[in-house]
Amino acid sequence: MPQIKRSTKLTIAALTAAVAVTGAALAASSQPIIGLITKTETNPFFVKMKEGAEKAATAGGAKLLSGAGKTDGDNAGQVTALENMVAAGAKTILITPSDSKAIVPAIAKARAAGVMVIALDSPTEPASAVDALFATNNYKAGQLIGQYAKKAMAGKKAVIATLDLFPGQPVGIARHNGFLQGFGTAGITATTATQVATGVACAADSFGDQAKGQTAMENCLQKNPDINIVYTINEPAAAGAYQALKAAGKEKDVLIVSVDGGCAGVRNVQAGVIAATSQQYPLKMASMGVQAGINYVKSGKKVSGYTDTGVTLISDKAQAGVPSKDSKFGLANCWGQ
Amino acid sequence: MTQPTVSTAAGPRRFQLPSLSTLGPLIALLIAVIIFSTQSPRFFSGTNFSLILQQISYTAVLAIGQTLIILIAGIDLSIGIVMALGGLVMAKLATESGVPAVLAILAGFITTMFFGFVSSIIITRLRVPPFIATLGMLGIVTALNQTYSGSQTISNLPPALTALGNTFKIGGTAITYGTVLMLVLYLIAWFILSETAPGRHVYAVGNNPEAARLSGIPIDRLTIMVYTIAGLIYGVAALILVARTGVGDPNAGQTDNLDSITAVVLGGTSLFGGRGNVLGTLLGAIIVGVFRNGLQLIGIPSVYQSLITGILIIAAVALDQISRRKA
Repeated sequence: MPQIKRSTKLTIAALTAAVAVTGAALAASSQPIIGLITKTETNPFFVKMKEGAEKAATAGGAKLLSGAGKTDGDNAGQVTALENMVAAGAKTILITPSDSKAIVPAIAKARAAGVMVIALDSPTEPASAVDALFATNNYKAGQLIGQYAKKAMAGKKAVIATLDLFPGQPVGIARHNGFLQGFGTAGITATTATQVATGVACAADSFGDQAKGQTAMENCLQKNPDINIVYTINEPAAAGAYQALKAAGKEKDVLIVSVDGGCAGVRNVQAGVIAATSQQYPLKMASMGVQAGINYVKSGKKVSGYTDTGVTLISDKAQAGVPSKDSKFGLANCWGQ
Repeated sequence: MTQPTVSTAAGPRRFQLPSLSTLGPLIALLIAVIIFSTQSPRFFSGTNFSLILQQISYTAVLAIGQTLIILIAGIDLSIGIVMALGGLVMAKLATESGVPAVLAILAGFITTMFFGFVSSIIITRLRVPPFIATLGMLGIVTALNQTYSGSQTISNLPPALTALGNTFKIGGTAITYGTVLMLVLYLIAWFILSETAPGRHVYAVGNNPEAARLSGIPIDRLTIMVYTIAGLIYGVAALILVARTGVGDPNAGQTDNLDSITAVVLGGTSLFGGRGNVLGTLLGAIIVGVFRNGLQLIGIPSVYQSLITGILIIAAVALDQISRRKA
C-alpha cells in the first residue's frame, strides 16, 4: 500500500463533514416536514410521484424529504428511510410499500412517535397498519382491461399469456387476477394465487422491465404460437412483448393490454402497439398525500380510510359496454414524458 | 486476496481437454437439453436455439469483458450499468440531438471505454481494489444514467441503431446479426488470449503478479488496457441490447454484473485469476439461457431457474476444487 497523500485525506474528511452538515441543516428548519418513500428512485412512475409531491410541498410551504429502496422489493431500504425521516422530524410520511407485510412494524414505530403515515399506490397488509391509503384500485384496473379484451375477442377462442411482475407482489397479483376476472375466467378472486393460472397458456415474470419482458414473451410464443391476448403488468413490459411479437411477425394478430397510463404507454396506444391500458394518477396520489400532511400540521387532524385516486381505460378502439376514453384524453392526463 | 498458486503453465495449452469444472456444467447442459426436448416438442429446433442465443447475446458479450478482467484477478461490478449508459448515449444523441447514427454509436463506445479506463486508473493509481473501485463506479454511473435520461426510456430510434436486430436466414432459421457479432467477438477474444503475447501476459499476471512483474510485464499498463478494452466490449453489448429492445433504457443492465459473473464461473474460469478461457464463458451463458427458455416452455415457475443456476455455480467450482486436489 503506497501512502495516500495528506491532502487527499483532508479532502475526503472535508467532503464527509460537508455531507453531515447538510443533513443537520435540514433538520433544523422550521417548516412542516413531509417524507415520501417510494419503491425505487428510478421507475418513472415514482419519479413523477416525487415531482408531484415536491410541487405540492412548495406550494404549501412544506419541506419534502424523499427516500427509496434500492430495487423493487427492497424492504430494508424503506425501513431505513422511514427511521431517518422520523429522526429528521417529519410529521407525515407517505410511503409506497415495497413489501406490504414486512414494512408494518417500522410503520407502527413511526405512528407511535406521533407521525401520520399514509400509504400511496399500494396497500399494507393489514390495511389498518397505516392511517390512510391513496391508491389506484389495481384489481379494478385489471378488470377493465380484462373486460375490454373479452369484448375485443368477439367470441374468438382466447389463448392468453400474462407477463407478470414477480412472484408474490400484491399489486402484480391484483392486476393479474383482475384481468382474468374481467375476462370472465371462473373462480378468480382478488387474492387467488397466481400460480393457479387457470385459462392462461403461459404465465411469465417480466419484473416490469422491457428487456426481460421481451425475453418472457419470446419464450411464451415458443411454448404456444397461438397466443392472441397478452396481459402485461406495465407498459415497459408491453413494449417488450410487442418487440417479440413483431420479430415473430405476429404483432397484427395479438391484442396487448396493460396498466399504467404513462405518457410513453399512451403514445403506444396511439401507435396501435397497446390496444388498451388502465391509466392511473400518481401525481394525484402524491399531491393529496402532501396536502393531508400540511393539514395535519396546521389542524392536528389526521386522514383515514381508503381514497381511490381513480383509473380510466384508455383506448382508441372503444368496445361497447366498456367505458373508455381515447388517447387524446390519455395524453392530456398522462404522467412521465 | 489469496496466495497466488504457483503454476508452471505460462498460458493456456492450445488443445486441452475441458477441465472437470467445465465438464460438470456441460453434462448438466446435455441432461437439460434431453429433458426439455422430451418434455416440449418446441424446444429442439433451430428457431428456438436462435432465440436463446438472441436472449443471451448482450449478457454474453458483457461476459467477454468480465472474463478478461477476472483473468487478471480483477472484477467489474459496474458492467451492466456502464452498458446501459452507452445505450442511452447512442439513443439520445441519435434521436434528440440529431447526431448521425454512426457518430452516436461511436460516442457510446467512447463513453463505455472511458468508464473502463477510469475504473482502471482508480485501481492502478489510487490502489483501490477492483471490487471496491467498480462498486463505487456502479453507484456513480447509476446516478448518471438516471440524471442523463431523466429516468425516461428513449424510443423511435433510427434504423442504424437497430440494424443488429435484423435477421438473415440459414436453412429456414432466422438469425440476428447481433448473434453473429457475439460469436465473432468470442472467436476474436479466444484468439487474442491464446495466440498473442498480450493474451499470455493476461494469464501470467492473473497467475502470479509478482513473477509477471519480475519478468518485465508492465502490470499497471496491462490492467489499464484490459479494463479499457472491456469498456469497448460493453459498448458493443450496449449496441446489441439497443438493437434487440429498440429503445435506450435507463434501467437496463441492473442484474448483468452478477449474470456475467455467473457465466464466467460456470465456464470454469477461476475468480482468483490466471485460469480459465473465454469459450467456457460462452458455454456458461448458454447454460443460463437454455434453462430460462426450457423451464418456461415446460411451464415451471421462474423461481426454480435461480435455484438451478445457484446449484450449478456451486457444483462447477466444487468439482474444480476436487479435481485440483487430486492432481
